[in-house]
Amino acid sequence: MTALKLYGVEIASRLLLGTSQYPSPAILADAVRAGGAQIVTVSLRRESGPLREGRDFWALIQSLGVRVLPNTAGCHSVKEAVTTAQMAREIFGVNWIKLEVIGEADTLQPDVFGLVEAAGILSRDGFDVFPYTTEDLVVAERLLEAGCKLLMPWGAPIGSGKGLNNIFGLRAMRAHFPEVPLIIDAGLGLPSHAASAMEMGYDAVLLNTAVARAADPIAMARAFAGAVEAGRGAFLAGPMAARDMAAPSTPVLGKAILS
Amino acid sequence: MKDVTVSAPPISLVVNGVERDIAAADVAAALVELEFDVAVVATALNGEFVPRRKRADTPLTDGDRLEILAPRQGG
Repeated sequence: MTALKLYGVEIASRLLLGTSQYPSPAILADAVRAGGAQIVTVSLRRESGPLREGRDFWALIQSLGVRVLPNTAGCHSVKEAVTTAQMAREIFGVNWIKLEVIGEADTLQPDVFGLVEAAGILSRDGFDVFPYTTEDLVVAERLLEAGCKLLMPWGAPIGSGKGLNNIFGLRAMRAHFPEVPLIIDAGLGLPSHAASAMEMGYDAVLLNTAVARAADPIAMARAFAGAVEAGRGAFLAGPMAARDMAAPSTPVLGKAILS
Repeated sequence: MKDVTVSAPPISLVVNGVERDIAAADVAAALVELEFDVAVVATALNGEFVPRRKRADTPLTDGDRLEILAPRQGG
């Protein structure tokens, strides 16, 4: 199976996992291992001084031997997102940034205008930008022009677990950008959602809540890994064309006349 | 480690959203005074990123907003 290449880095696993909302750090670590994820998302938040919460979390992530993809979650302006990205690069020591510029509080949908602007600023500053975007093709073109080498359209609003909200739009996006790595980011709730995305030819999926909030996050991470692999295998195998009417699978020719 | 530079009189900062009176006169000294692990935090002053190498050269003035961030879980 062809390996996924993101900004020149070969990644064997097509399941990217978030690190938030797990019942405990130990379950987070086991879920990442069970899912076989090689990239996990992380963030930056205010440190509480002598408590050193951030240091303990960072030590845990480093012990997993995975690549980190820092995010700019919660940023509502270009300036906030750019400053957060700069801070993340220093702390985590990577040029990768999952760029979120949130435009709307109810849906957490991206402010695509701010997103394009921030993507340009960060790309020029040497970042490898992973933009959290919508399936809008015009915005996608602008992001590529701004320097992004991959795109991360949402499946559905963050944390909603709704799956692929706009199958047609996502299919059009895949068809329109056959060479650009496309990762479904956000909104997946079930392994079948991930399998659907992979069957459509998406290169990878990124999810968090669906695993972290499952009754058994470790088993769910394993289930998602299986679904991603199955979906990818189906895409490579070339799914049959769907049709509206039935077509007998058993040959009609040679059927006895017994009436 | 850099010694804490003392400015007189103490200045009032907003550190991670909370008002603090400190004696330090620059960002590096403020981190030491406030007992942060300097290696695992990133800093921004009034919304602008302050790289680690520039902390000691970045002076603080009364009313400045200092953000001190560390790694945390994220999606």
